[in-house]
Amino acid sequence: MSTIPASPLAKIGAVHQVKTWWMMIRISLEERLAYRGDFALGTLMRFLPIITQIFLWGAIFNAVAAQSGNDENNPPMLGGYALPDMVAYFLLTMIARAFSSMPGLASGIASQVRQGEIKKYLIQPVDLISFLLCTRIAHKLAYYVVATLPFAFVFFLCRGFFTEGFPPPAYFIAFLGSLVMGFMIGFFLEATIGMISFWLLEVNSLLLIFMLFSFFLSGHMFPLSLLPPDIEWFVNLLPLKYLAYFPAAIFLQKIPEDELATEMAIEAGWVVFFIIVCRWMYERGLKRYSGFGG
Amino acid sequence: MADQTIRPRYVKVFLTFAQNSLIRDMTFRADFIFQCISSVAWTAMNVGFYLIIFRFTSMIGEDTGWMRDEFFLFLATVWFINSIVQAFFMPNMAEFSELIRTGGLDFALLKPIDTQFLISLRRIEWSALSNFFVGLLIAAFSLYSMATRPIDPIYPSVVSILLYVFFVLCGVAIMYSVMICLAATSVWLGRNQSLYDFWFYITNFSRYPMEIYNTPLGRPLLGFFIFVIPVLVVVNVPARILAQPLRPRADWEWPLALWAVMSTVIAFTISRWLFKKSLKSYRSASS
Repeated sequence: MSTIPASPLAKIGAVHQVKTWWMMIRISLEERLAYRGDFALGTLMRFLPIITQIFLWGAIFNAVAAQSGNDENNPPMLGGYALPDMVAYFLLTMIARAFSSMPGLASGIASQVRQGEIKKYLIQPVDLISFLLCTRIAHKLAYYVVATLPFAFVFFLCRGFFTEGFPPPAYFIAFLGSLVMGFMIGFFLEATIGMISFWLLEVNSLLLIFMLFSFFLSGHMFPLSLLPPDIEWFVNLLPLKYLAYFPAAIFLQKIPEDELATEMAIEAGWVVFFIIVCRWMYERGLKRYSGFGG
Repeated sequence: MADQTIRPRYVKVFLTFAQNSLIRDMTFRADFIFQCISSVAWTAMNVGFYLIIFRFTSMIGEDTGWMRDEFFLFLATVWFINSIVQAFFMPNMAEFSELIRTGGLDFALLKPIDTQFLISLRRIEWSALSNFFVGLLIAAFSLYSMATRPIDPIYPSVVSILLYVFFVLCGVAIMYSVMICLAATSVWLGRNQSLYDFWFYITNFSRYPMEIYNTPLGRPLLGFFIFVIPVLVVVNVPARILAQPLRPRADWEWPLALWAVMSTVIAFTISRWLFKKSLKSYRSASS
């Protein structure tokens, strides 16, 4: 017996595969850049809450310094962060979130499942997860193209808060790596939640709970090292910290150099884990899928 | 005589709106309960955040008097005002910019009732009031803790509680006025998608004690958000009345309270004027 004939998808070949991906990316990119002015302004406005954060933390650190007797040479530290670090931290989490946040991904998958649009991917030689990933990469690229200027502007204004200056090459490479992996974890984690809709149809409430925890436990609200030790160790085991806390902590060199490689390896492990879970759930979900609607 | 019969009875109309919204909310009861839980959870998360902060410090800002109990009373005030605004006005404002875009405002303009009243109160989101009850709980806890602590206990007087309620209502009126002003801009811009965002960014400044802005860099902000967009008096004035009664009143506190009343009147008048003006330049989108 001859081998099973290769599916048409395999015959297309790697070059065409890349071309398909590139086309997906280009379409989404152009769609996104249509409203760039409004977009850039919106990005700039998103930094406004940082102003209140600066004042709030300024007041907190002031009170801590007053309690410990206002020692000029020994400024107060909260969870390993001095006041400028804290502000730098919040700015950096904005970058981390720009990579890891996936607005509308899970709910988009859920509505496609509910309305039967998933059928499209079963007929066409396009894989759902790769298509979503390409679209998302394009959205993110478009976002960075437009957002770089406002980001650069704000970071330039706030350069004084980065007391340690630019991190050494090893840290900077780790920072870039953690951003990319943060994107992957954010994508596959939320896609996995979206896949749950094969079983539940409606995932919005589940998503809200996830967002709630993610907001608090990813370090978006405060550096995780402020948590009481008996909670902190547990939160550090969760993958949520890679969405905001981890990249910022790397950039500010709050992670000891000898732990850096291990931490990055663990993060890579989480990426692989979520890719597998997401794929597996998709396969299982399709078996259950009954294609309502048209 | 004929005049009186067509005058709308605002209270009755409002009660009907409230009833309809409640019926609608109760139709999707599980969703309603879930929304209550999730908004309470957000609040709980905020409480958690400040509890973590107070592990490191006993006061927000040096010598400001915003210790843990006082500060939680402040937060409770934030939640009172926010939950009222979110329950009564927020869903309507979100709908309003849609009405502008789709031309649905025509129907609101045709009704024999004040347009601002109609578009501000049509829908009430009852689930948002769950945070009001969390606020009550936290306020009660803070007041109890303040009254029973060994070092300078504080007891609220009847007058201070009445003043507190009065200034909370003033605060709601100011927030509402800011919101109406934002809504009016959406008439001119055709659509104002960032209405929500703007609202969030502006009111974000009102959520903290004003003392934190009392630094060389913060003073312009302080002035701006007290006198130009008076969101800083919204929470600060009522919270101070209840939370810091024993300290000798600083000489700026009564003028500030007076200003809070004045700014309520001014903000309300301006927003009303702006809204009416914006309606004049409304051009129906479709039909």
